Amino acid sequence: MPGPGHRGPRGPKPKIENPGKLFRRIIGFMMKDYAPHVIVVVICIFVGVLANVQGTLFMQTLIDSYIMPLLATPDPDFSGLAHAIGRVACFYAVGAFSAYLYNRIMITVSQGTMRNIRNAMFGKMEQLPIKYFDTHAHGDIMSCYTNDIDTLRQMISQSLPQCLNSAVTIVTVFLSMLSLSIPLTLTTLVMVGVMLFVTKKATGLSGRYFLSQQKSLGAVNGFIEEMVEGQKVVKVFCHEEENMERFNVLNDELFDSAYNANRFGNMLGPINLQLGNVSYVVCAIVGGVLAIGNIGGLTLGGLASFLTFNKSFNMPINQVSMQFNSIIMALAGADRVFKLIDEQPEEDAGYVTLVNAEEVNGELRETNKHTGMWAWKHYHKDSDTTTYQRLEGGVVFDDVDFGYNDEKMVLHNIKMFAEPGQKIAFVGSTGAGKTTITNLINRFYDIQDGKIRYDGINVNKIKKADLRRSLGIVLQDTHLFTATVMENIRYGKLEASDEEVIAAAKLANAHGFIERLPQGYDTLLTGDGANLSQGQRQLLAIARAAIADPPALILDEATSSIDTRTEKIVQDGMDKLMKDRTTFVIAHRLSTVRNSDCIMVLEQGRIIERGTHDELIAEKGKYYQLYTGNAIATM
Amino acid sequence: MSMLKVLGAQIKEFKKDSFLTPVFMILEVIMEMIIPLLMASIIDDGVNAENMEHIYKVGFCMLIAALIGLWAGIMGAKYGARASTGFARNLRQAMFENIQKYSFSNIDKYSTSSLITRLTTDVTNMQNSYQMILRMAMRAPASMIIAMIMAFAINARLASVYLIAVIFLTCCLGIIIPRATKHFRQVFEKYDELNASVQENVSAIRVVKAYVREDYETQKFAKANENIYNMFLRAEKLVVLNMPIMQATVYTCILVISWLGAKTIVAGGLTTGEMMSLLAYCMNILMSLMMVSMIFVMLTMSYASAKRIAEVLTEQSDLKNPENPVSEVKDGSIRFENVNFAYHKEGKPVLKNINLDIKAGETIGVIGGTGSAKSSLVNLISRLYDVTQGQLLVGGLDVKQYDMEALRNQVSVVLQKNVLFSGTILENLRWGDKNATQEECERACRLACADEFIQKMPDKYDTYIEQGGTNVSGGQRQRLCIARALLKKPKILILDDSTSAVDTATDAKIRKAFAEEIPETTKLIIAQRVSSVQNADRIIVMDNGMVTAFDTHERLLETSDIYKEVFASQTGGNADFDENGGDN
Repeated sequence: MPGPGHRGPRGPKPKIENPGKLFRRIIGFMMKDYAPHVIVVVICIFVGVLANVQGTLFMQTLIDSYIMPLLATPDPDFSGLAHAIGRVACFYAVGAFSAYLYNRIMITVSQGTMRNIRNAMFGKMEQLPIKYFDTHAHGDIMSCYTNDIDTLRQMISQSLPQCLNSAVTIVTVFLSMLSLSIPLTLTTLVMVGVMLFVTKKATGLSGRYFLSQQKSLGAVNGFIEEMVEGQKVVKVFCHEEENMERFNVLNDELFDSAYNANRFGNMLGPINLQLGNVSYVVCAIVGGVLAIGNIGGLTLGGLASFLTFNKSFNMPINQVSMQFNSIIMALAGADRVFKLIDEQPEEDAGYVTLVNAEEVNGELRETNKHTGMWAWKHYHKDSDTTTYQRLEGGVVFDDVDFGYNDEKMVLHNIKMFAEPGQKIAFVGSTGAGKTTITNLINRFYDIQDGKIRYDGINVNKIKKADLRRSLGIVLQDTHLFTATVMENIRYGKLEASDEEVIAAAKLANAHGFIERLPQGYDTLLTGDGANLSQGQRQLLAIARAAIADPPALILDEATSSIDTRTEKIVQDGMDKLMKDRTTFVIAHRLSTVRNSDCIMVLEQGRIIERGTHDELIAEKGKYYQLYTGNAIATM
Repeated sequence: MSMLKVLGAQIKEFKKDSFLTPVFMILEVIMEMIIPLLMASIIDDGVNAENMEHIYKVGFCMLIAALIGLWAGIMGAKYGARASTGFARNLRQAMFENIQKYSFSNIDKYSTSSLITRLTTDVTNMQNSYQMILRMAMRAPASMIIAMIMAFAINARLASVYLIAVIFLTCCLGIIIPRATKHFRQVFEKYDELNASVQENVSAIRVVKAYVREDYETQKFAKANENIYNMFLRAEKLVVLNMPIMQATVYTCILVISWLGAKTIVAGGLTTGEMMSLLAYCMNILMSLMMVSMIFVMLTMSYASAKRIAEVLTEQSDLKNPENPVSEVKDGSIRFENVNFAYHKEGKPVLKNINLDIKAGETIGVIGGTGSAKSSLVNLISRLYDVTQGQLLVGGLDVKQYDMEALRNQVSVVLQKNVLFSGTILENLRWGDKNATQEECERACRLACADEFIQKMPDKYDTYIEQGGTNVSGGQRQRLCIARALLKKPKILILDDSTSAVDTATDAKIRKAFAEEIPETTKLIIAQRVSSVQNADRIIVMDNGMVTAFDTHERLLETSDIYKEVFASQTGGNADFDENGGDN
């Protein structure tokens, strides 16, 4: 059975560095949970092959020990033959049963291993730092889950057992052939040599065309993708004919290389088949001569058996050579899968945790109850004491430098502080580093130099999970999950009751539109909330942050064009959310900026101005320019 | 069946190859089937009769048969490859060509990704299926039938054992395969869902991490994964029955033939050689049956691809050029007369009773909330869609009277979702006018305020734009798109929210340039920002598919409540803070 969405081969044939090691690792993955299964499978394969060989050898007995003598006797007695057939029937029954057993167990092994690999991959992926997702194309990550896993499944469920089966068959059949006739065996071997040689030539030839096919396929697919995505622009500019011309050129190139790749690929089958037939014929002639001359003790029955072996010797060799390619492909896939599994997870050396707290006699104490009051539990190693500190949401940046890689810094000497409950606005042009700063607070990225303190604690000391739990975030690009509206909001606080969800939706001004959805809160959202408008999706994201009720908040105001009325609703929702929380907001709206306690003006990774709106206007610097630039336009 | 007709029509020049492939495949099979028959002759008349010469003679014939088989196989491979890859080429070409003819409403019907899948994966599927039909779908049944005939020719009574075996196996496969296919279809659906959720996780990783939901997601995934594991097991449990059933049947046949064969030989009704060929045919018959069932399964699986491709091929554009098209638009005047418009024939009207009269050279602003049908309104002007009722006149003539290409060249639209293509900036600009000189391109760019940033780029106008224009910022992309549209030297220029990512100062500069440099061109500007339209000669205020007001800025402030509200919200506390100031 082909995998889902049976995709065409993609990319040029990759070079794998250490196929042996990869192979062992795949086997290791299999053996980890299924060692007994695999052992049974191996035994079954042996039993199956032996039963089959016994059956073929029976041909010799049938002809030499029964038919020939019986022909010579005037009053033939078939009871001996009946016994013999009964015995072979037992062999066969065992063979068929072991075939069933091995196939049945193999699906558990292969599907189970696939499941484990998928789990390992996903579990690891969730732990990877944001940086990983920045530096790897999402399509590439996805293809680990689709293409690579599929080829791997094929290898484990088909190629591996088939190769083992073939190997066992080759060895046992070879031994049986030797026992029947040495000269015939040598003849067969020579033919096998010819077959392997021809196969190698043909594979080399088709491989070369295969590469160019992949290249042209990539070109055609790329062109299709680009043009179909821009189809409306193509129409508007009446570029249909030019497009067609360019497409035809690419398409013809693809046809050329695909034809050749397929031609040589297709030939391999018939060539091997017919070479097998030639081998069979040659053995028949040589065997016939040997049998007549009774050279090497070859009997008629022996020849009959041998010819059957000849077929069953060539078949597995063909099979192995055909599996070889798919194993190479699978190893390349496995390489990518294991690379993902081997990635370094997000580092977290933090030990300060966030706990529920209550105040007893003016002192903070840890409690299991949900008090709504939170405290940082801070264990001091040197004095072996534990202190509690109330979570308030104060943030201090102390001379922070940061770059996505060490070569190029994007933030320089960032100094700022936010008192609990304050609202800090970041303004500046695209690429000035606004979003980057907010990403440092919750440690999506780690800084190169300087310190960030949260309630006076170095964020590096805080457990990442607890740090992030204490910080709400509404991103500029809203992401929703395939689930109901209710579940999407509840994402912020998994244990929230329906009432809490509705309350959060009301706070975020989302309740109104949700009520109007066909199934209200139970409406299923799919494809990142594709059935909602941009504004509605933002409202849900705000509700999601609201239900988490974090003491501090990071808001990235959306710039995308939503109409003024919806925007006002969104804005109101955001304002309600920001109330009484320390808020970092990447601002695009004048009102947001003006109401901030402190405005940071960023340019090329530096804070160039800071202060309140009035102060900055008086300063007549960049902020003034930005502000009045806007004013010019509205004049 | 019409689906097959539509696809079959694309075989075209590869009919000969398509015909020859099965012919050669059958020839190959015949040669293969002759070999066991000759084998019997070697055993009986050669070895048993101790006739050396006969062995050589028949052996030589066998070699010839094998070589003819080899030749037939190679030819079959060649023609099969040509027919199938050629068919795929024609399919791709026909689909792409038809898509070029699509109108906007045709394009709307399909999602971009679905069209791409149809052109790529589905075509590859068809190529493989077609190849399989030509090479295997003929070969396998032929091999089965010929082997069966041969077996019957040797000894009908013994061969009937195979007939029973075939019937038995067919029944088993008939029971197993449809069930398994059903299970597989379900599991693949779930599998796609699982991958969709991974995709969702990858793109929403920041949300996952911000809410510390890594473990939650991992558990969710593990649950879905376990479910898929179980579904796969259920489906494959059925399929694995095939193998042992097949083996058991083969084994039973061998034993029965051995027993009956031995008896018949002793009774003188069969020779040893003949019994050996019978046994050789056993494998051929049953393996071919297995192959037929596999082909059947694979073909049903590619049915979905075939259907999707046929859909694209049969989709007809709903816009047609008139009989005697007018190719010159007189001037840039636009007149809507009682225009109603709906995207689907029976659908809800999007535009209701539109009456507008716009003079050539006027600058018109269009403002209104999301879903107020601003884009729909302007898309009618270059006949991207046809009006449902009423009439739309451009340059004094109904748009339906113009040659579509001519109309679109003279009514230039900068779409809301504008796209740049991979190629240099100059190449992109020349989409507007193939023959534009460098100077003309630079002038257009200056008008669109694009020249200033292009000059700062290392390769200036030869800077390579990546696919989708990812290496320029949103504002830069918009300005390049405007310049591209300007190169058409249109009579009417439509900007559909095309400066949303351009900072307000530059936006103003562009509008100023328009007013001074291309005064005869009628300009329609859709915008969210009041500042972008308030200087226009007149402003259309849209609400819910209707024009609620059409007047100058000053008068609208007095008469239109909607306009007043929008204006107040934008110039009050909610005005747009210029975040793109450093963009140029």
